[in-house]
Amino acid sequence: MAEVEESSKRMFAGLSDISISEDIPVEGDISVPVRSQNADDDFSTLDEPVKDTILRDLRAVGQKFVHVLYPKKSSALLKDWDLWGPLLLCVTLALMLQGGSADSGDDGRPQFAEVFVIIWFGSVIITLNSKLLGGTISFFQSLCVLGYCILPLTVAMIVCRIVLLGSISSISFVVRLIVVTASFCWSTFASTAFLADSQPANRKALVVYPVFLFYFVIGWMILTFSPSP
Amino acid sequence: MASPHDLTFQEFEEAADLLSSNPGASTLSISSSGEVKVDLSEDEDNQQESSELLGGEKQTGGFWTFEYYQSFFNVDTIQVLDRIKGSVIPLPGRNFVKHHIRNNPDLYGPFWICVTLVFSVAISGDLYTFLINMGDPGYHYRPQFNRVSIAAVTVFLYAWLVPLGVWGFLTWRQSVERRISGYTFLETVCVYGYSLFIYIPTSILWTIPVYWLEWLLIIIALVISGSVLVMTFWPAVRDDTKLTAFSTMAVIVSLHALLAVGFKLYFFQTPTYTGSSHSGQQTTPAANHTTLTLGKHQ
Repeated sequence: MAEVEESSKRMFAGLSDISISEDIPVEGDISVPVRSQNADDDFSTLDEPVKDTILRDLRAVGQKFVHVLYPKKSSALLKDWDLWGPLLLCVTLALMLQGGSADSGDDGRPQFAEVFVIIWFGSVIITLNSKLLGGTISFFQSLCVLGYCILPLTVAMIVCRIVLLGSISSISFVVRLIVVTASFCWSTFASTAFLADSQPANRKALVVYPVFLFYFVIGWMILTFSPSP
Repeated sequence: MASPHDLTFQEFEEAADLLSSNPGASTLSISSSGEVKVDLSEDEDNQQESSELLGGEKQTGGFWTFEYYQSFFNVDTIQVLDRIKGSVIPLPGRNFVKHHIRNNPDLYGPFWICVTLVFSVAISGDLYTFLINMGDPGYHYRPQFNRVSIAAVTVFLYAWLVPLGVWGFLTWRQSVERRISGYTFLETVCVYGYSLFIYIPTSILWTIPVYWLEWLLIIIALVISGSVLVMTFWPAVRDDTKLTAFSTMAVIVSLHALLAVGFKLYFFQTPTYTGSSHSGQQTTPAANHTTLTLGKHQ
């Protein structure tokens, strides 16, 4: 035991020379994130004019629209999800698709509530399905992606409506068919580009198929839309 | 403190005593190659336990937890495709449950096959009505959207209530007569769900408005999916009395046939002049009226 103490004394002997002398001042900066700055930010968004708030949200929605129209492998849709865009698209689509209440012969068209329920209920079921199969995406992120990717189909609906303002003939049907098919493929491709990464590799097809079915049904509703005579 | 040289293996006499008193106990033997072999002895308790573990459902957590439902979606793409193939090509002697499901029943297949069937029947029915009435100038196309809800209710009731009835009946017979091996509820739902798959391409082919082709398709679809059901449930009822066995099979097949024929008759109506279009109904009495007046005038 005595030898051990001796050897440790020898090993640590050099360290005793290291000391901070009194005359060298210790200087430096330590920057701490100041809480008061965040509080200032919160207050400032309350004070800003309403136009700024609305424009900021609209700009975020518009940016996501651009991401859907040119789908690359970006995570912009997933990081800041919001449900304003899907709501806007869903309401627009349902308003344009709904049947006229005055005509008695047109009771075959889907009502506003039916389209609304199909879109939201369908999105919820697809999200649940992907989560049950072991996906890592969160519930609202998936709703956000599925809702935003309805944008090409809404554009197709507007185009179909414009085409139907002309004559109803087989040419208009072929044009509508091409437009709806193209936008349906675009929607499915866009949503797969965003959703596919979060699934386990051997179940990708199981998750993509319900998305395909969802957009197919919406595309069918758009294609069979016929204006009241 | 003991020096390292004192460590030796000590014989535990109790172990030898225990083993001699109960020679049927499971023993763990570690061979020199490093593998661990567990010797499960032949007594009844061990066998029943392992068969319960293999044959029973793997329930993790209560039914209010998410993981409970996640255990029913534990399938890969390849497995789902394999099960669908097994339902479309029923080979004799291959029990669908034993061969394809193999104690891993899933709810993905039945659910999405039912949803696809609902939409394929509704959309094909729409297309069929359009094609049939294309030559009629008085016909204005309107999408029959309410048919989707009717199709959905029918398909989901069939896919859930009928397996419930079949499972309940088989379990009751199993409790009455010990020899019959039954299936769990989920396996029954699985078999019924996958057997409905053949109706999807059938409903798409039904849009071809050729009369004899439609009935031929019904017969083919019935034979294929009916044989899947029969081959699954026959081993379960074969040990029962002849009357119960045959009547069970007859009920299963006839319910399946009723579903197919019901779809055909409701969604793919061939409109005669007293058919579905309102204009057709109005022209018939008018035509009769004009011919009567013409006859009177002459």
